[in-house]
Amino acid sequence: MNNSNVAPLENRAKQLRRKILKLIHRAGSGHPGGSLSATDILTALYFGGILQYDPKNHQKPDRDRFLLSKGHASALMYCVLAEAGYFSEDDLSDYRKINSKLFLSGHPHPKTPGVEIASGSLGQGLSVAHGIALGIRSDYPSARVYVVLGDGELQEGQIWEAAMSASKFKSSNLIAIVDNNKVAQDNVTKDLKDLEPLEEKWRSFGWETVRIDGHNMDQIMKALEKPVNPEKPRVIIADTIKGKGVSFMEGQTAWHGVAPNDEKLEAALKELE
Amino acid sequence: MVDGATRDGYGAGLVELGASNKNVVVLDSGVSDSTRSKKFGDKYPDRFFNMGISEGDMVCTAAGLAQAGKIPYATSFACFLLGRSMDQTLVSVAYSNTNVKLVGTHSGLAVGEDGPSAQMIVDLAYTRAIPNMTVIQPADWEEARQATIALANFNGPAYMRLGRSSVKGIYEEGGYQFQIGKANVIKQGKDAVIFATGSMIEETFKAIELLGSDKDFTVVNISTLKPLDEATILKQADKNKAIITAEDHNRIGGLGDAVSEVLINNGISKPYKRIAVNDSFAETGSAKELYEKYGLSANHIAKALEEAAK
Repeated sequence: MNNSNVAPLENRAKQLRRKILKLIHRAGSGHPGGSLSATDILTALYFGGILQYDPKNHQKPDRDRFLLSKGHASALMYCVLAEAGYFSEDDLSDYRKINSKLFLSGHPHPKTPGVEIASGSLGQGLSVAHGIALGIRSDYPSARVYVVLGDGELQEGQIWEAAMSASKFKSSNLIAIVDNNKVAQDNVTKDLKDLEPLEEKWRSFGWETVRIDGHNMDQIMKALEKPVNPEKPRVIIADTIKGKGVSFMEGQTAWHGVAPNDEKLEAALKELE
Repeated sequence: MVDGATRDGYGAGLVELGASNKNVVVLDSGVSDSTRSKKFGDKYPDRFFNMGISEGDMVCTAAGLAQAGKIPYATSFACFLLGRSMDQTLVSVAYSNTNVKLVGTHSGLAVGEDGPSAQMIVDLAYTRAIPNMTVIQPADWEEARQATIALANFNGPAYMRLGRSSVKGIYEEGGYQFQIGKANVIKQGKDAVIFATGSMIEETFKAIELLGSDKDFTVVNISTLKPLDEATILKQADKNKAIITAEDHNRIGGLGDAVSEVLINNGISKPYKRIAVNDSFAETGSAKELYEKYGLSANHIAKALEEAAK
């Protein structure tokens, strides 16, 4: 995909950011920062022709799978699924509300169409994605499993257990994407436990690595379109900005898990026009 | 009747499943020779995943395999399987309601000399407390074989608790059909009923032999701890004069708590004794010595039966 073709995706990502903020504002709680940092990545996956899925037959066995290991970005996940046709925009109205018809919980659960596994406890998604990859590789050799991880989540030891497992089993149908927004809940990731040098870490665990600007749609698409390496799983380290697109949210721990009020929502939407 | 460890019955059941159900896959965390999952791995290497010493990763990988339509048995020593993957079991297995079978071997004080870090005595409490979870502990080789097969035909998360040491066979192929959720009355009496699970069945029969009394005891095998067979428990509580529970597990959260909840909820008040580890860590020693010192041996059961049926 060349630069001229990414404009529609960039526009779509902007519209998604608006929806995400409105959704969290209406719910009165949620996680804007980590939703906005991964918006471009999910836009490319779902609307750039990467992920093979059928919202009308969401359990289709030969589908590509997508897992959001950093489940707190649920507002992003649900907005993308609605946009992709798994359910309607109206269904989003009971996000984080009791008796939610599609179980639109604060963190995703497979009762919601399009969700493969429950998340919300960091560090489990890479192992689950790898289990799916092992389960489908002989029956559906062309299907892929994509999982988005947070950078803070890489501090969980289980991620590295799973990294070793996937290289042991040469799980080339597994593609992990690190939303490397560098900010966690109460501090920047670097000061919690520094993850760098990140590519070296993954490489030494037997993975092929690609490092990109996670807000450059052209780079995201190129990384996702790259043919798989038959010998290795791949990780795309996407350098992103927490709260991307809203100046006062960018890079701020304060916007990890807080809903914007009326005034902040208005200011944010103005920036995303 | 086959004398043998329940882990060996598991290995035999897995090998049968390998031939009969192509969706069955088995995972282990580097102890497959001891857990007997290796029996399956040797025969069906492309459906066997040795994940190394990383139980959390193994349990979540199993959840993924289940979401891909497989029937995974994730196996390790009980102490590490649940000890290292409580959160993974909660979120990726139980809450996600994935079709994962967790199998923990070497449970209880019966594991012996390796000491308290290897003696899992809280796994029934852990797993019983988890919504969506079915909890099974077979009493002998044959029941373990059958339970292994039954789990493949049951859709949902389950934990099966197995032992290391050989126990005396009580069931025979063709003469007994294990059913999830069904307790089995092995011996019908009237003076006292003992609800026992796992290796405590063997200890119970030793106790009855020791007593050699004219009392007539009922022995019920509670091989499914959740969902509990309340109907059988209530029926036997009614038919007998006293009630005993026996388990190689801490007294908190296991069979004793499960049975006493049923009794209290139904207003049943009868002489009652509980055989269990008395909320303490044990120590090293042979299984026989530990059972004696920590109150689980046939001698202790005999004493409890005698007092209860006075």
